[in-house]
Amino acid sequence: MSTRLLSRAPQDTPGTWKSYLGLFAILLVSAFPVYWMFVIATSTDDAVMKSPPSVIPGDQLMVNLREVFTLQDVYFTASLINSLIVALAVTASTLFFCSLAGFAFAKLRFKGNNVLMFIVILTLTVPNQLGVVALYILMGKLGWNGQLIAVIAPGLVSAFGVFYMRQFIGHAIPDELVEAARIDGALTLRIYWTVVVPAIRPALAVLGLLTFVATWNDFQWPLITLNGTDFPTSMVALSDLASGNYVIYRRVLAGAFVATVPLIVLLLIGGRQLVRGIMEGALK
Amino acid sequence: MSLTDVRAMRTEEPKHAPPPRAKFWLYRFDTKTVPYLLIAPFFILFAIFGLFPIIFNGVVALRHWRLDDPTLTGWAGMENFTKLASDTDFWDALVNTFGIFILSTVPQLLIALMLANLLNRKLRGATFWRIGVLLPYVTPVAASTLVFAVFFSRDYGMANWLLSLVGFGEEQPLDWRATTWSSWIAIATMVNWKWIGYNALLYLSAMQAIPKDVYEAAAVDGAGPWRQLWRITVPMIQPVVLFTVILSTIGGLQLFNEPMLFDENPALANGGYDHQWRTIAQLIYKVGWRDLNLGYAAAMSWALFLIILIVAAINALATRRLGGGK
Repeated sequence: MSTRLLSRAPQDTPGTWKSYLGLFAILLVSAFPVYWMFVIATSTDDAVMKSPPSVIPGDQLMVNLREVFTLQDVYFTASLINSLIVALAVTASTLFFCSLAGFAFAKLRFKGNNVLMFIVILTLTVPNQLGVVALYILMGKLGWNGQLIAVIAPGLVSAFGVFYMRQFIGHAIPDELVEAARIDGALTLRIYWTVVVPAIRPALAVLGLLTFVATWNDFQWPLITLNGTDFPTSMVALSDLASGNYVIYRRVLAGAFVATVPLIVLLLIGGRQLVRGIMEGALK
Repeated sequence: MSLTDVRAMRTEEPKHAPPPRAKFWLYRFDTKTVPYLLIAPFFILFAIFGLFPIIFNGVVALRHWRLDDPTLTGWAGMENFTKLASDTDFWDALVNTFGIFILSTVPQLLIALMLANLLNRKLRGATFWRIGVLLPYVTPVAASTLVFAVFFSRDYGMANWLLSLVGFGEEQPLDWRATTWSSWIAIATMVNWKWIGYNALLYLSAMQAIPKDVYEAAAVDGAGPWRQLWRITVPMIQPVVLFTVILSTIGGLQLFNEPMLFDENPALANGGYDHQWRTIAQLIYKVGWRDLNLGYAAAMSWALFLIILIVAAINALATRRLGGGK
């Protein structure tokens, strides 16, 4: 409708009250399900079945939590520890192997560098969920089905991680620095440890956050290999909580809330890095 | 593996006046072999747990492979695939997958574009808004789906209460799970909710990379904010739009978590009493781990792979065409 000329780029145009209203509305919709999870987790059965629905938290959180944590056959406490073990192992391994490979691809000269990097990029496009049947058979042969190692092993490296690290190291570390260290007699692995690692801490934080979130939230493969065992991850335990003929929602959502809290904490601590990681990922 | 090699090597690092020959070989090893040792873990682990399963999946698809009857083995030839062609469960699941895919992708990317456009201003608390829209992205899909399952329940669900406020379904509340369309909309809502913020940040990132003089030049034509968005911004970020379309295609056609946990009893992997919202990924799970027929599940995986390839290619072409036409 506006007839005035807009010569300013949008990012130089101050937000109007309408933009803030729009953003606020979207934030409200984004946060509401998480808030409502909390409301039901603190409610009694009667409060859940009220119309209009209650949007004020109740005082039953401890009661509901106690029920979740003491339920037989769900192993909720163990599942949280399992999720933590899996997510930490996968994150640590991804950071280590991907930064090593990213360093090699960005700063070392070797035959086939470009071809091999191209293969890494190609593997990015392979939807590896499609191999689940064969992965299950493979894990069966290894005797790993039903154990945490079956969930950890496929996550140890990621093509995205290698790519992300290569890009970051390529920009963050001047070639001269690597050359200088080499002239001083430092071997490749020493250069990695004393020159590269200190310079890529921000990238490690970003990749670590992305990996941790994705691993903690993974559902399909853990469900296939861990379901019905004594070692569920928290996502599998949640699906157990929600299965059966008689589902108690305040209990299910108390469990869901507990499994969500670590990620909200991560978002509060590392939100800035997460935003940057996703936005940098887009430009590649 | 590579690490221990190199560590062992480093302890041999001569401290004083090394014999030149040893030093030469060390240097040679360090520059010629070590780079391969650094990238080896990625390729080895990917080959075992990423590439091998996908190839081996093809072998399994051509065999009888049942978890409940290990004696029934041997080559099945194309049997699994011919069975697939006439399996109404598979074709029904394909229709459901596409229906939910369209209902979740189109609004998702359009709203993400609008949100990115809102974020692409000079804002107070810019970082706060950006972090805020990521809340759905970090929320575990299992947890959020269970909330939505309550949200869309027939008797006490908030969705029906909201509808009743505008005078809809007061006598007979909508049973979201009962009909095909309503269940698709419910599931698509969950997918949209989760991915809008994430995609908006991808778009925002591309928008901020547009050179500012592009906007200055275009001002001559008298572009308002709306036209500025559609005529300048969107065409300029087309590569990222293409990227998100392909990502959403790959993700959307493999949709599993939401339809799985929307069920009143997820363990059955039914996708509704009449399978009205059962997706292909869910059917693969059911065939493989409820019916214990891994050979057939593998064949379905291959079919899905092929479908994803075709749809991703079509979407990529269409997006490029649309962008070029504007």
